Amino acid sequence: MTTQPTYRLSQLDELEAESIHIFREVVAELERPVLMFSGGKDSIVMLRLAEKAFHPARIPFPVLQVDTGYDFPEVLACRDSWVDRLGVRLLVASVEEAIADGVVVDDGRTSRNRLQIGTLLHAIEENAFTAAFGGGRRDEEKARAKERVYSHRDEFGQWDPKNQRPELWSLYNGRLHEGEHMRVFPLSNWTELDIWDYITRERIEIPSIYFSHRRRVFERDGMLLSESEFNPLREGETVQERTVRFRTVGDLTLTGCVESEAATLEEIVEEVGASRITERGATRGDDRFSEAAMEDRKKEGYF
Amino acid sequence: MDLLRFATAGSVDDGKSTLIGRLLLDSKSIFEDQLEAVEATSRTKGYDYTDLALLTDGLRSEREQGITIDVAYRYFATPKRKFIIADTPGHVQYTRNMVTGASTADLGLVLVDARQGLTEQSRRHAVILSLLRVRHLVLAVNKMDLVDFDRATFERIRDEFAAFTARLNVPDLTVIPISALQGDNVVTRSENMPWYDGSSLLHHLENVHIAADRELRDVRFPVQYVVRPKSDEYHDYRGYAGQVASGVLKPGDEVMVLPSGLTSRIAGIDLFDREIEEAYPPMSVVVRLEDDLDVSRGDMICRPHNQPDQSQDVDAMVCWMTKEPLRPRQKLAIKHTTRSARAVVKDVQYRLDINTLHRDADTHELGLNEIGRVRLRTTQQLLTDPYEQNRVTGSFILIDEATGVTVGAGMIN
Ligand SMILES: Nc1nc2c(ncn2[C@@H]2O[C@H](COP(=O)(O)OP(=O)(O)O)[C@@H](O)[C@H]2O)c(=O)[nH]1
Repeated sequence: MTTQPTYRLSQLDELEAESIHIFREVVAELERPVLMFSGGKDSIVMLRLAEKAFHPARIPFPVLQVDTGYDFPEVLACRDSWVDRLGVRLLVASVEEAIADGVVVDDGRTSRNRLQIGTLLHAIEENAFTAAFGGGRRDEEKARAKERVYSHRDEFGQWDPKNQRPELWSLYNGRLHEGEHMRVFPLSNWTELDIWDYITRERIEIPSIYFSHRRRVFERDGMLLSESEFNPLREGETVQERTVRFRTVGDLTLTGCVESEAATLEEIVEEVGASRITERGATRGDDRFSEAAMEDRKKEGYF
Repeated sequence: MDLLRFATAGSVDDGKSTLIGRLLLDSKSIFEDQLEAVEATSRTKGYDYTDLALLTDGLRSEREQGITIDVAYRYFATPKRKFIIADTPGHVQYTRNMVTGASTADLGLVLVDARQGLTEQSRRHAVILSLLRVRHLVLAVNKMDLVDFDRATFERIRDEFAAFTARLNVPDLTVIPISALQGDNVVTRSENMPWYDGSSLLHHLENVHIAADRELRDVRFPVQYVVRPKSDEYHDYRGYAGQVASGVLKPGDEVMVLPSGLTSRIAGIDLFDREIEEAYPPMSVVVRLEDDLDVSRGDMICRPHNQPDQSQDVDAMVCWMTKEPLRPRQKLAIKHTTRSARAVVKDVQYRLDINTLHRDADTHELGLNEIGRVRLRTTQQLLTDPYEQNRVTGSFILIDEATGVTVGAGMIN
């Protein structure tokens, strides 16, 4: 914390204070919160902020991860390290199991990310969670720019864009009816660069795949994908070893990496600062199909 | 690097989207793929220039579909500051949107078209911003290229606006002639207007001094949550978590807890795993007291000789945000700082015409997007300050108990 004689907080300290306020407000007003954990840097920053919000007490809610079956092992290792250190309860909702139980239907054409929606909603319903923290940021793309910090979901878990509540000052309205829940986005006002600056400042542990490393990859639809048993090669695709890193983590059959030499946090900050392509544009296969893709998935209850 | 939050306002076609697009572009907050998409769309539409307004688009089509967009937030940063823009589109729900966007803004940016000069809407924007206590106001006189960068045109608009805002509470007004489309006076000073000796818009945004806006005298710490670890290591730990609303708190300070009125001293202030020497707004901290008092959420820590008002009677300016009008005897839920209560409407004293500032005392209701002076009676005491002095302890929201929807925003007199 940099205390300036003018009693102005730095931008990161102000964002941190705002996010901590949101975590505490939800815990004080909504009975059963849960933190949705993707394993990515945003959800790890959320964990860090939650840790700060309740210290020296433990984080008073569990962490829910949707296991696509196609997660990077490095991401799961990092998750376990965080969960152990914080002593927080981890719930894993498996897409495989949801398919086996008939909760969602895998027709062979639907992407894993989409199957996650059903799995997630089912887990929220089963556990009667009333608030689910998500790592979404408004700078991610147009559809999110108008998202509230408290985003109200009806009893079907759907986002009704015609019926969102105005949000003024830092007075959040957490009123719910039976069966409804709230998605809460404590990182709403952070940008990608803020996240990296914060990770660097706080020396936060993140999955190793964010850093430059050698990896066997192949090209598909203009993206570099990791070689994997889950990702059978198609005709004409060939594997090469390259020096890469991931800018987002997700389903490994869809998440592309970029060629990069950035091996330290400082180098990543520099690269992100100079980078001219959005995170999603660069590396998320499921977002590229249509501009409205994100909006549609959000209505259905996607993160 | 610090943070400046500003709200933008302008009538349709004044060039607000173009200006925001230019700020994002020139501060390199636009990514290659976003720009390429916009260039492609501009070509498809047959424009001979890149329509920067498309960068923040996505709202237009939504408006057509009837989707509520009260405020869209945009982000950009320069080496000096990070900026959060609360962009409030459309005039259908205008008052509600602007009140929402202005509630968190340090600065308000109003756009006018130089060819048209001030309109009823520009005056309305200024009124709402001043009502929400946005201390710094910038009037950007846009499309100067279309009036041949004419000095007299600019000065006429500037003087007229200054005369109008003199009737409002606007401590800091800056007027800048710009061309959002061509970039004049947006990031760098324009060579087309050598007669203008002020700073460019971005330079002004980077340097406007907002430190003094935070209230540092009256100590107000609304207790948000009680931290009790229940672990062996921190067996006796009991701390009061919250965000400092105003004032500076220090260990050793004598404090009073309201509404109980009990006093104690601050034993320590924790910020995560560190003890700190001072806490000031808007820090989120945990305060420990020397004595074991019964303190809970909704209480307020202050200094014994500087207390907020404690009352069940609230007199406030209310902006009404739903179709069903606000009427006397109506019952609502109220959320003020960390305290929630119920409230009944005693009366509507007048409705403020935000175009003329006329007070209409003949009406006893407030309709959607109307602002008026309202008296409420609450089931519990609220611990308040006038909004004019304190934006945190002076504001509240009203909630419809049946639907759970936020239906009103209040600023205490
Ligand atoms: N000549 C000129 N045209 C402008 C300027 N700023 C905006 N425009 C044009 O005015 C029209 C409306 O602008 P837009 O940014 O969409 O306005 P909004 O409705 O306020 O967001 C568009 O055709 C712009 O290209 C300017 O400074 N000069």
